[in-house]
Amino acid sequence: MRSRPYPALVAVAAVAALTATACTAQSQEQQKPKEKAALFKPGSEISYQKYGKDYPATKVKDVPGPCSYEAISRKDYSGQTLKIISHAVPVIGEPTQLHAKQFEDITGGKVEVVNVPFGELHQKILTPLQAGQPAYDVMFYPSLWIGDMAPYLAPVPKKYLNTPGMKDVTKAYMDVATWDEKVVQYPVDGDRHYLKVRTDVLKDPKRQAEYKKATGKDLKVPTTWAEYQQIAEFFSGKDFDGDGKRNYGSAEVTKRDDLTFSAFISRAAPYVKNADVEGGVFFDVETMQPLINTPGFVRALEDMVKAKSTWAPGGANFGLGDEIFSFGGGQTLMSYSWDDAFIQAQQPDSRIRNKVEAAPLPGSTEVYNRTTKSWDKNANQAPYFTWGWTSAVAKSSSHQQMAFDYLCFFSNEANTALDLTIGRFGVNPYRNAHFDPAFWQKQGWDKDAAESYVRTLSGMEKNPNRMFDLRVPGVNQYMSALANGVAAALAGQQSPQRALDDVAQEWFEITDQIGKDKVQSAYRNVVALEDNS
Amino acid sequence: MDGLRRHKSMFLLPGLLTLFLIIIFPLLFTIRVSFSGWNVSNPYLDFIGGANYTAVLHDSRFWASITRLILLAGGTVLIQYVIGFGMALLVWREVRGRRFWRVLFLVPMMTTPVVMAAIWQTIFHESLGPANDLLDMLGLNRIPWLTESGPALVALMTVEVWQWTPFMFLLLLAGLLSLPKEPFMAAAIDGAGTWRTFWKVTFPLMAPVSVAAVVIRLIEASKLSDSVYVLTSGGPGSSTETPGYYLYIQGLRDQQTGYSGAMSLIYLVLMSVTLTVVAALLTRAFKLKGDS
Repeated sequence: MRSRPYPALVAVAAVAALTATACTAQSQEQQKPKEKAALFKPGSEISYQKYGKDYPATKVKDVPGPCSYEAISRKDYSGQTLKIISHAVPVIGEPTQLHAKQFEDITGGKVEVVNVPFGELHQKILTPLQAGQPAYDVMFYPSLWIGDMAPYLAPVPKKYLNTPGMKDVTKAYMDVATWDEKVVQYPVDGDRHYLKVRTDVLKDPKRQAEYKKATGKDLKVPTTWAEYQQIAEFFSGKDFDGDGKRNYGSAEVTKRDDLTFSAFISRAAPYVKNADVEGGVFFDVETMQPLINTPGFVRALEDMVKAKSTWAPGGANFGLGDEIFSFGGGQTLMSYSWDDAFIQAQQPDSRIRNKVEAAPLPGSTEVYNRTTKSWDKNANQAPYFTWGWTSAVAKSSSHQQMAFDYLCFFSNEANTALDLTIGRFGVNPYRNAHFDPAFWQKQGWDKDAAESYVRTLSGMEKNPNRMFDLRVPGVNQYMSALANGVAAALAGQQSPQRALDDVAQEWFEITDQIGKDKVQSAYRNVVALEDNS
Repeated sequence: MDGLRRHKSMFLLPGLLTLFLIIIFPLLFTIRVSFSGWNVSNPYLDFIGGANYTAVLHDSRFWASITRLILLAGGTVLIQYVIGFGMALLVWREVRGRRFWRVLFLVPMMTTPVVMAAIWQTIFHESLGPANDLLDMLGLNRIPWLTESGPALVALMTVEVWQWTPFMFLLLLAGLLSLPKEPFMAAAIDGAGTWRTFWKVTFPLMAPVSVAAVVIRLIEASKLSDSVYVLTSGGPGSSTETPGYYLYIQGLRDQQTGYSGAMSLIYLVLMSVTLTVVAALLTRAFKLKGDS
């Protein structure tokens, strides 16, 4: 009698084991797509027009390779569903949706895209990851969140790392995608801050003469923040393009909880990134002492406060969208941020098309040396590789192959070539092949605009004095504290020094809360990028 | 009998269960979370004692936002009450197109707050918005609506008043329509004029409704955050940051879950005590007015 339960237990165990095996086999089966006939011939012409009249009529050739339309359309993902979370439409959210629709059309799989506003993206991605819930297979997010996301991401498999498209990604953006020597983010965008100027004003002999007469200086593309301020001040409030409306000197992202922190870092870069000083810009990596209230950062904030006089009405509350349309719409003479404002200015219906040029971010005539605690009197320029959009696949995803195939397809050569030309998509050059003026001239850009754009972007890749974001766990908190300090100074609530002293204090507390060792270990990765660039 | 009582109790169960799930459980969970160090890089329900509460007590940004809220909520609710009462009086009696006016007055309240705030953001846009164009037409100086502290507070209050005055109007109109006719007839026989009738009859009779309307609106106004999010993001500097918006930043954006749990509980207690005191004071004030 006592032995009776055992056969029952064995039977239950056997059923459980069989079920588990069947489920695993099914899960593995789900991962592998079936083969089907290709829907595209190699080198077919690709256009987005069938997906809506909002897309340009531009056509490009499908470039043969494992991510091409032809190769991906051989895969049959019918019966599988991929869940994706991305930013709100249009910036990165719209291409996510468009490529999801295309992927569905050519593979038969189902792709569900959730678009959320920027302010909620971090929490919506991270909370399920931390709880171990496979809420999303693919995630699109700003690359500077890597410190928070990395533990939950599936490394990019070798076969995708070996695709021609991936091999062409520039070193800087492969570095951005790498964490502890593993590529965990799939590059889909390359972002950096640079300067944009109106050439119809800066190269106009009449304006040059006026400027020379008033200031005794030559009117040219500014190479320092001091020159930027002087030019912006001179032209602010004047109708320099003769459209009957006042123009202004500078458009900057200044809205506190938008992306002000990036704008401020751009202004600070030449004052704080000293090529002769290693070991961190935001912190001293050895002691984790915040450096955010050191004289270089304070100088940058003082400059930014001074620049208020050159902003358009409402300029002190400009989000990224306002900055894009202020410069891209012809209201302001200069601006600095991501590519979007420049691409907006170069749209076919823009009234300032081919009247703009790109240039490196302004520099400085001296740079702070935190080891000697003095200013080194040498001209300095530091390109800022500010965060761009990236993508990744969750470690917990049971559709990893489909997920990586989607990202491979998203960023194939044909799609990227088309995405780069649609300003609102927020996809910017990140492969060596993108640094070709001929490509941009084919889009209707004139030679000067195309060459200045490519020269500026590729020049950043070669500059050894580069600055990266604070890619550590809790980066949102650090940047939130920084934006708050910058906003307090801009609003006149605190002096720049006092505001940044408060930020430094907050950074101390954040580091303590997260754990000094954890932040320090992550920050060493950032310092390695900057010191070995 | 016991069986019958048990059966009767069963009917309460769905309601009690719902109450537990949507109010009691989240409240208990928030209390538990507030004693943990749960944050973006430490997503665990550990126990750190009252550290979060101590930190909130020393958080000057939180207390500044509370002070600002008192100004914003008090100011906007007072204006809403005065305008709402005026509008309710206008359509209380027989006026031409009474139904039309009643529906028209309710339109702002039916608009989604975020959409409405986005529209107002365009209206207050300093270069392109009609608010400054109107000032130009009147020969007045343009106002930096969203980039200077004073105007930003005025802009925010304008949006709140525009959206929520109809709610006040609705409650007060319902109150007016339920008033007995006799006191008004007596006042008329005694020869009381319009102003005297309002001050001595209508206003005191409306005291219970007025207190309820003001308190309900104060409760709602104390949660002010959506229009701040869209209109100013708390700026310039932190001059329009409210506790609700600060909680959003701490809890949802920066994911300081434990800290924001403590902050929201302190905020809840503060608001409960303050609003109870305000309600008692208002009742007393209206009662005194009625007695006089």
